[in-house]
Amino acid sequence: MRIKLEKRPEPSTVMQFVTPVASVLLTMLIGVIVFDALGIKGGRAVTDIFLTPLLATYKWQDVAVKAAPLIIIALGLSIGNRAQIWNIGAEGQYIIGALAAAGVGIAAGGAGGGAIITLMILAGIVGGTLWAVVPAFLKTRLNVNETLTTLMLTYVALQVLGYLVGGPWKDPNGRNFPATAPLHADQTLPILFPGTTVHLGVAIALILPFVFWIIMSRSVFGYQIRVVGSAPDAARHGGFDAKQTIWLSLLIAGGMAGLAGALEFAGALKAINLGFPSGYGFTAIIVSFLGRLNPIGCLIAGIVLAVTYVGGQIAQTTVHIPNSTAGIFQAMMLFFILASDILIRYRVRFVASPKATPLPAAGE
Amino acid sequence: MGTETTARLELKSITKRFPGVLANDQVSFSVQPGEIHALLGENGAGKSTLVKMIYGIMQPDGGEIRWNGERIVVANPKAARRLGIGMVFQHFSLFEAMTVLENIALGMDAKIPARELEARIKEVMTQYGLKLEPHRIVSTLSVGERQRIEIVRALLLNPKLLIMDEPTSVLTPQEVEQLFIVLRQLASEGCSILYISHKLHEIKALCHTATILRGGKLVDTCNPSVETSRSMAEKMIGGNLKTIEKAEGRAIGREKLIVNRLNMPARSHFGVSLKDITFTVREGEIFGIAGVAGNGQNALLLALSGETLSEDEGAITVDGAKLGRLTAKQRRLAGVSSVPEERNGHAAVPEFTLADNSVLTARDRLGMVKIGLIDQRAAKTYAGEVISTFAVKALGPGSTAGSLSGGNLQKYIMGREIMQNPAVLVVSQPTWGVDAGAAAAIHQALVDLAAAGSAIVVISQDLDELLSLCDTLAVINEGRLSPAMKVADADIEEIGLLMGGVHGDPAATANLHPELAHAHQA
Amino acid sequence: MSTEFIIAAIITVVGLTTPILLAALGELVVEKAGVLNLGVEGMMLMGAICGFGATVSTFNPWIGILGAAAGGALSSMLFAVLVLELNSNQVATGLALTIFGTGLSSLIGLSYTGFIVPVFGSVFPASLANDPYLKVIFGYSPIVYFALAMVPIVGWFLKSTRSGMILRAVGENDLSAHSIGYSVKGVRYAAIAFGGAMAGIGGAYFSMVITPMWAEKMTAGRGWIALALVVFAGWRAGRLLVGAYFFGILMALELYAKASGFSFLPSQFWAAMPYLMTVIALSVISMRDRSGGNAPACLGKPFLPST
Repeated sequence: MRIKLEKRPEPSTVMQFVTPVASVLLTMLIGVIVFDALGIKGGRAVTDIFLTPLLATYKWQDVAVKAAPLIIIALGLSIGNRAQIWNIGAEGQYIIGALAAAGVGIAAGGAGGGAIITLMILAGIVGGTLWAVVPAFLKTRLNVNETLTTLMLTYVALQVLGYLVGGPWKDPNGRNFPATAPLHADQTLPILFPGTTVHLGVAIALILPFVFWIIMSRSVFGYQIRVVGSAPDAARHGGFDAKQTIWLSLLIAGGMAGLAGALEFAGALKAINLGFPSGYGFTAIIVSFLGRLNPIGCLIAGIVLAVTYVGGQIAQTTVHIPNSTAGIFQAMMLFFILASDILIRYRVRFVASPKATPLPAAGE
Repeated sequence: MGTETTARLELKSITKRFPGVLANDQVSFSVQPGEIHALLGENGAGKSTLVKMIYGIMQPDGGEIRWNGERIVVANPKAARRLGIGMVFQHFSLFEAMTVLENIALGMDAKIPARELEARIKEVMTQYGLKLEPHRIVSTLSVGERQRIEIVRALLLNPKLLIMDEPTSVLTPQEVEQLFIVLRQLASEGCSILYISHKLHEIKALCHTATILRGGKLVDTCNPSVETSRSMAEKMIGGNLKTIEKAEGRAIGREKLIVNRLNMPARSHFGVSLKDITFTVREGEIFGIAGVAGNGQNALLLALSGETLSEDEGAITVDGAKLGRLTAKQRRLAGVSSVPEERNGHAAVPEFTLADNSVLTARDRLGMVKIGLIDQRAAKTYAGEVISTFAVKALGPGSTAGSLSGGNLQKYIMGREIMQNPAVLVVSQPTWGVDAGAAAAIHQALVDLAAAGSAIVVISQDLDELLSLCDTLAVINEGRLSPAMKVADADIEEIGLLMGGVHGDPAATANLHPELAHAHQA
Repeated sequence: MSTEFIIAAIITVVGLTTPILLAALGELVVEKAGVLNLGVEGMMLMGAICGFGATVSTFNPWIGILGAAAGGALSSMLFAVLVLELNSNQVATGLALTIFGTGLSSLIGLSYTGFIVPVFGSVFPASLANDPYLKVIFGYSPIVYFALAMVPIVGWFLKSTRSGMILRAVGENDLSAHSIGYSVKGVRYAAIAFGGAMAGIGGAYFSMVITPMWAEKMTAGRGWIALALVVFAGWRAGRLLVGAYFFGILMALELYAKASGFSFLPSQFWAAMPYLMTVIALSVISMRDRSGGNAPACLGKPFLPST
């Protein structure tokens, strides 16, 4: 027996939906096996990570709040990923977005209200976008690899954050902790359901996927992105400008990450300290792929990944596994989804071993 | 040795299946020592698949291969070379950034010290009159020189059988003649040659025997010297040859497309720059551009379609409007359509449906975009019209471009452009890798479009195609275009020399093989 | 500037340079074979924890190094199988490897928090290794000499050996190499494993030499600098050495700026310096060589033979 791959005449639509689900299920299965082998109750750990957050209604708000930035960042990244422009520095754009929003908040002093909040959100978008200008400029002008520049700028963003919260923006009443002063109540995002932590950003994260879906599937811009990703020469033939595509996909991704940063700051955390960057920018890459670069897919995948974050914290207390375990599960999902990509374009066939015919006579 | 009666290579009922295709169906024939044996067939007839099995790149699903009478399994190319089988590929298996010497060493299975190898290369080169500089980087060589590397590489192994896969598709007539001298010398020394081609005149000039394949099946094994080109062509195509119906006394009107001193720098290290390209195409005229592959054809198509922009807005004009600095999108709106050589990934997106592919080039001219959104229904309707008008074999507008055969996809792409009624149509290699039926349909469509008053530019490496299709012809070489000539009074020898350009050896034309020249003119 | 200061500075620079040099040499071979593995950071972390764990278990730093190499190489095989067998996207798969390596190394590292091993320092006699002057030559961990020795070895392998020539051929034109009869996948598996082993040893330099203990994410993004270094060096081993030391000096500047307080700029500026300089260096290189120059032609592209 031998495994043989056969190209499908048409890409499989069924597999588009089956593979992400199968990836999550496989990750859970492997999780049980590996944890049991490590002497941890595997069944319990996996249940806690993947199911408890969904079953316990009081965890839903945590899931929603964690999913919001993941979804918003992943929407932007999906555009670049589809066009084969690899922005892996969303974390940096997210940080700068949050800092820009914080800057507006600080500059506003005691002022608050809708106008200031709107201004903070806009500043976040602009900040994230500007952080993506450098890689876009270098890529289009000098053909500098955007993967490396976006990531390098993330490390720079971390230092900018460290400088601001430890220096000029340090909370004077903060017992010398490097952190900004908490936002005034009227500078924070409105809460959607009183008594919960579900803020306006969650609503934005629910609406945006549909907006992106219309853009990606119906508009000329979405068409352009899809052509550039599938066949760059055909895109040029069709009159689409490659540089414009690079600019737009990097700037939109930066803007979305900046928006997510501003919302997370103004809606969830309300202050920025050195622990503010929690890796959403990297996890969103997984969300983007698990969602098959589709905006609605990103919405669902964002919720799944948020569940693993919340579940990971639950499992920390129940079965005493470390925080990093959630990261392993997330990476495993990404591995599986990438590995199963091939099933969309190929069919797996099990065939008899090839040497059924008599063996060579040569040299005998 | 008394093995006169044993064939060097014998194939018995070789069968090879691919998903959905029977590439070779019970093919049997044999090649004698010292014989030059042609394997003749159209693109897609199964020639390449067959030789890949002989060379061990693929394994047959059924049948047997015999070598000097013994049944063998050729596990891989290394095993083939150990047996004494050499192969020169149609698409060279060369490494651009490496030297000639390294390229040859890579083709040798034994580890030979560089100095010794160089000495042996020089020996082979003098023996067969092949010129090469061992320390040059391959990317700096001409196509003919690159083929020489492949040949030297094969000859160093003292092959008993040399497989040549479409060796002349990239050569000038003069280079072809030099190649034939080498092949005849090899055969006279006892080496068998399996010569794959679809060019009948070459086979008549060179080969002792011809095996003809059609649709994966063996049609006939014949003696090319007693067959006529026409009779072999009919066996190859499987029916009577259709001739293109040119409208009688077609009126060629006023000047439409004027290209005036078009210059374009090379796009990459390995690219060709365009130098002072100048020509004029009139209404109703089909203008052919001949030339050996890699002489700037691609760059010219891109420059005309607007995929690369000229510095000079006046370098390209259509009906007096200056287009040189307009983008591809703007030029399409101005009536210039184009069909590049590469169908999958350039002219069309393989993963997209035919409807989505119609959006690629027809969206602006046919109003498929409203306030930034694509009118999916209009795209579907147009794709359906192209499919029915051009008899494209596809399930419908929802089929992906990648699922179509080469010929059908080409018909779809040609249809997509022609049905937009372009004022100017630029086409590169319109029938490359297309079956005869589709090729005839495409040729007819071009002639009809010209009759309707469009100016057409056809870039092709197939001189026969250009001679039968075009009214006017020019030759491109190293990015320069020759003056235009009327096809009616074109001289094949002159065209050959122009195609050779600076690479051509003028002395070689003196003994240009008469049959070769004759076949072209026929 | 005193001689002592210069010697101390040299020793600092060498220490900072060694891990990125090792990882970059490995990645150079991987990329020459036509594969782009962005998982260097993850493999370094796996090497760091495996090297540390093996040292703790055996009290033998040499076995620790072997463990580091094995840890890096094994984790690289995850990437290799996906990319070579399933033709998954190399950029995304490399990223997945980095995320995975970061998570798995933290998980494994839990059992090793609080442990300290002896620094895997110089193996020369103390009279040489601790001599205030001679230590500039003899005072380093064996890993440093190994890294320096690997520069000409990798260069020679790629340029002058038949295996190196085949590896370059595979990276230059995989389909042709396949049609001649070379095993493209085999060569790439070997190259990826070598890249993983080198990244692993580079990572172990952090956990066995710089701070002889384990900490999460202790490689601090140096894997990414190693990746940039390969581009910066134009895929040449010799220039890799120069580039690595250039970055080593930059990183040393950060340390001195922090320690000496001569800086009028905030310490974060110096911490951001290597990353900013990477961006600038990549830009300068690209400006000089617009078309990508020496990059192997098949770099990052899937290998799709038609059999």
